[in-house]
Amino acid sequence: MLDDFVTRALIAGLGVALVAGPLGCFIVWRRMAFFGATMSHAALLGVSLAFLLNINVTLGIAVACLVTAGVLLSLTRLKVVPADTLLGLLAHAALALGLVAISFQETLRIDLLSLLFGDILSVSRGDLGWILGGGVVSLGLLAVIWRPLLSATVHEELALVEGVRVRLVQAVFVLVMAIVVAIAMKIVGLLLIISMLLIPPAVARRFASTPEIMAGLAALVGVVSVIGGIEASLAWDTPAGPSIVTVATILFVVSLPLSSAVLRALFKNPEKAHHHHDH
Amino acid sequence: MSLATAPFAERGEVLIEAHGLTKRYGGHSVLDRVDLTLTRGALTTVIGPNGAGKTTLIRLLLGLEKPNAGTMVKPDGLRTGYVPQRLHVDESLPITVRRFLALGGARPAAIAEALRDVGAARVIDSPLQSISGGEVRRVLLARALCHDPDLLVLDEPTAGVDLQGQADLYELIDTVRRKKNCGVLLVSHDLHVVMAGTDQVICLNNHVCCSGAPDAVSEHPEYLALFGPRAARTHAVYTHDHDHTHDASGVVVPLEEGER
Repeated sequence: MLDDFVTRALIAGLGVALVAGPLGCFIVWRRMAFFGATMSHAALLGVSLAFLLNINVTLGIAVACLVTAGVLLSLTRLKVVPADTLLGLLAHAALALGLVAISFQETLRIDLLSLLFGDILSVSRGDLGWILGGGVVSLGLLAVIWRPLLSATVHEELALVEGVRVRLVQAVFVLVMAIVVAIAMKIVGLLLIISMLLIPPAVARRFASTPEIMAGLAALVGVVSVIGGIEASLAWDTPAGPSIVTVATILFVVSLPLSSAVLRALFKNPEKAHHHHDH
Repeated sequence: MSLATAPFAERGEVLIEAHGLTKRYGGHSVLDRVDLTLTRGALTTVIGPNGAGKTTLIRLLLGLEKPNAGTMVKPDGLRTGYVPQRLHVDESLPITVRRFLALGGARPAAIAEALRDVGAARVIDSPLQSISGGEVRRVLLARALCHDPDLLVLDEPTAGVDLQGQADLYELIDTVRRKKNCGVLLVSHDLHVVMAGTDQVICLNNHVCCSGAPDAVSEHPEYLALFGPRAARTHAVYTHDHDHTHDASGVVVPLEEGER
């Protein structure tokens, strides 16, 4: 079964989507989209690091993301420049450094486009092991820190006073982000990773009444996007990573209140119109 | 007898005893040798202008920061309920008032009871972002009450609430203190309304300018020097004499006998 490249692509994509949804919810709730984007830009540095040290690429990316996050957090505390300036600066500095470092490698071994936009259809059995392993570990860690992280997201000082070990929980959260960026790299590439983290929660928000429902729906939206994107890529010979993100974007547009109104008007079926109340 | 084994019972039991609390940021003393004693059943109000170190004092008492100098003695297992000044939860997070209270670790029965105690039972299933400013204060107070605190610490509990709402909140805090027999520390920059039930006022401006009963403090020369002669005229110890009260939605409810 795993001999088929489409099957491997589907399993890898689903593995990433299932953890990217719940993780992405926290990135949205905590307004850390730019932070996530900066971390994923550092992934390229991780690739060169991996080639340089001759270690696994996924591991190299995770390490580079963690180092970048560490640098980011310590520089933010120094308050030399505004936080968003620092994020933008570091994101593109990391990208530029990564591109320069890659150019020193044996060019034949690295396909730059696949690093930027993903290469899900070339996922090997080895890749699959790393992706599923990373997915299970990050999902497990997220489940462990779910409640304290939610508490710290709602009010950090209240959580501290109530005994939540906020620093530790936040460190684990950044670690999970690094792992997910590393495993998503192969699927959608570093430029599109953040969209796998942000779009599914954005679609899920309107239909969710609790944080857990939103996380579950976001995972579902990710799964639908992966399946739809891979099918579209096979049918119309479009690049798989961007196709996945495009399907997710279409789901987002359809989920907008304006779209539901337009759809209802088009099909003129008021009895079946879905009405959602919270009271 | 050590403080650790003392039973938390009678009014007057010392909850926090602080001596010489000093906190410096970059060479500047935000708090300079502050002494403070908080006791069970007593309501202490800290007033002072912006930048006087009120929030820093709260952070030290809550253990969120360490003082540069000074000592602080608390009985072991002291339960502190904290009511922060602000609550900002992003619109993207779907969370009800009930769930917000559960995040603090409270059981469902305790949540319902705490919300009833603060007169906000009506909003239990409302999204946290949809309730009014006055209701937010009550919900934050309910979260602190869920832990059955020995000491309640409130940071500017009436900021951004209209005058009648402020009076209602002060009454509520007083009622809660009597019902739960806990100590209350209340921080405010509001000179005009100091609640009638305050046992001790501490006037803070990086150091303790003066402290004592409300009437004594309002006539103290350092207090007048700090807040100016206008304060002497406009400041009044707030006394409340109503034959009715309001619940969180503003509905008039009659006072029970003995509550007046």
